[in-house]
Amino acid sequence: MVGGSAAGLAAAETLRREGYEGALTLIGDEPYHPYDRPPLSKQILGGQWEPDRVPLRTPADLDALGLELRLGVAATGLDLAGRTVALADGVRVPYDGLVIATGVRPRRLPGDGGERAHVLRTLDDALALRDRLGPGRRLAVVGAGFLGAEAAAVARGLGAEVTLLEPAPVPLAPAVGERIGRMLAGAHHDHGVDLRTGVAVAEVADGGVRLTDGTLVEADEVLVAIGSVPNTGWLEGSGLTLGDGLECDEYSAAAPGVYGAGDVARWHNPLFGTAMRIEHRTNATEQGMAVARNLLRPDERRPFAPVPYFWSDQYDVRIQAHGYLRGHDEVAVVEGDLEARKFLAVYRSGDRVAGVLAVGMPPKAVRTWRQAVATRAAWRDAVGELLPEGA
Amino acid sequence: MSGEGGGSRKGEGEGKGVTMRVEVDVPKCVASGQCVMIAPDVFDQNEEDGIVVLLDEQPAPELHADVRESAVVCPAAAIRVVEK
Ligand SMILES: Cc1cc2nc3c(=O)[nH]c(=O)nc-3n(C[C@H](O)[C@H](O)[C@H](O)COP(=O)(O)OP(=O)(O)OC[C@H]3O[C@@H](n4cnc5c(N)ncnc54)[C@H](O)[C@@H]3O)c2cc1C
Ligand code: SF4
Repeated sequence: MVGGSAAGLAAAETLRREGYEGALTLIGDEPYHPYDRPPLSKQILGGQWEPDRVPLRTPADLDALGLELRLGVAATGLDLAGRTVALADGVRVPYDGLVIATGVRPRRLPGDGGERAHVLRTLDDALALRDRLGPGRRLAVVGAGFLGAEAAAVARGLGAEVTLLEPAPVPLAPAVGERIGRMLAGAHHDHGVDLRTGVAVAEVADGGVRLTDGTLVEADEVLVAIGSVPNTGWLEGSGLTLGDGLECDEYSAAAPGVYGAGDVARWHNPLFGTAMRIEHRTNATEQGMAVARNLLRPDERRPFAPVPYFWSDQYDVRIQAHGYLRGHDEVAVVEGDLEARKFLAVYRSGDRVAGVLAVGMPPKAVRTWRQAVATRAAWRDAVGELLPEGA
Repeated sequence: MSGEGGGSRKGEGEGKGVTMRVEVDVPKCVASGQCVMIAPDVFDQNEEDGIVVLLDEQPAPELHADVRESAVVCPAAAIRVVEK
């Protein structure tokens, strides 16, 4: 396993749990035992949790897996024909089966090298940013995606003055639709975040961030949250297909005996009939498990066909979403009330239910709609009767 | 096609004569409902906020495979399984 985080660990655990007794090596360039990232922009940044809450497994549970852990060392190359992974310290690790789970890294902006410019991907990133936030500190967040929005919310909770800069007219519109994007924008306004949409940031500059029209948005600290880039550099020249991530087939295989899992992998999801690369916590685990099973039982391989799931916490709003919402054709609020920030919305792609997104709804209602997504229910049957027209 | 990502293969680890104790770290739970979908006899969710409710601390052997699956899948790493 290359990549010592959610996906790599899930693959290792599944291999062991399902009877693989041979040697297992987990290679990760971070110096830590596998830890969880979602709390970084929530409880860790907010100071409710200390770093001892984020490891994914106790040392004893990790120990019990009998892994050879090679942490703090990056993989630098892959020899497919020779079946070896080259490491930065000169070691070559031979393999019979390989799981590539190297995740993504933050996209950067020009000028963001200085100490006041932050990204948020690792535990060290989160602690560095947390150290610099507090009452009266001015934070500019570039990018109002889930990560930027969560960080903005937490920073407000710490008493910082927050400016949230977003190039699109409505934050998160491609991901969740315009109406829900506007609802989230409303939550930021209510909590005193200075949300500016339709602004393009040119660079991180002295004293803040510079917009493309030359304006300086003043800030003490800057968080750049403008998306991510798959960590595939070490695979260049290996013969594997790299595009937006590591390209995999419906079994999540990139080559015979070589699988991709987690944020780095783009694969064909037969349930939705489309290729996708999903940066969600649950997908990392499920894909890690699925590839472990395919590695272990080459004659019984199963396509990886999940219903993706994510959640996001912003203030007191917890968003839960199942399905593939991107590229949807229609959104319908079928229960509750958007204004009250308690609702359930369903998404249509083509003539099918593609996803469900809920805030503050009973779990049973959400699971029922998730089931409609999992069975690829016809929109007309599932929603049509509820919503005769134009809702 | 299973239609699901994990799709636990039932029966693994059954009958090994192990006892299992399930622990949940409730403050970590993010109310995803994954555990309830996999092992509904062992986990439920609070109607109010969707936070996990442990129904069975010492599940019977035929449930062990699903409980282990839940522990791995839980996106908050909130479920721990101790087997003896
Ligand atoms: C701040 C934050 C908040 C998030 N919140 C949510 C949320 O609320 N809900 C949700 O669903 N998802 C959330 N996510 C996304 C979720 O954390 C990711 O989907 C998940 O971590 C992906 O796991 P992974 O194992 O695929 O990759 P990663 O966690 O990125 O792990 C990859 C590992 O591989 C290492 N690596 C990279 N290159 C190499 C190399 N060449 N050699 C060796 N090691 C290498 C990396 O350093 C890293 O340790 C959040 C992510 C972040 C950063
Ligand atoms: S799977 Fe984990 S996060 Fe989801 S409801 Fe169960 S305990 Fe909570």
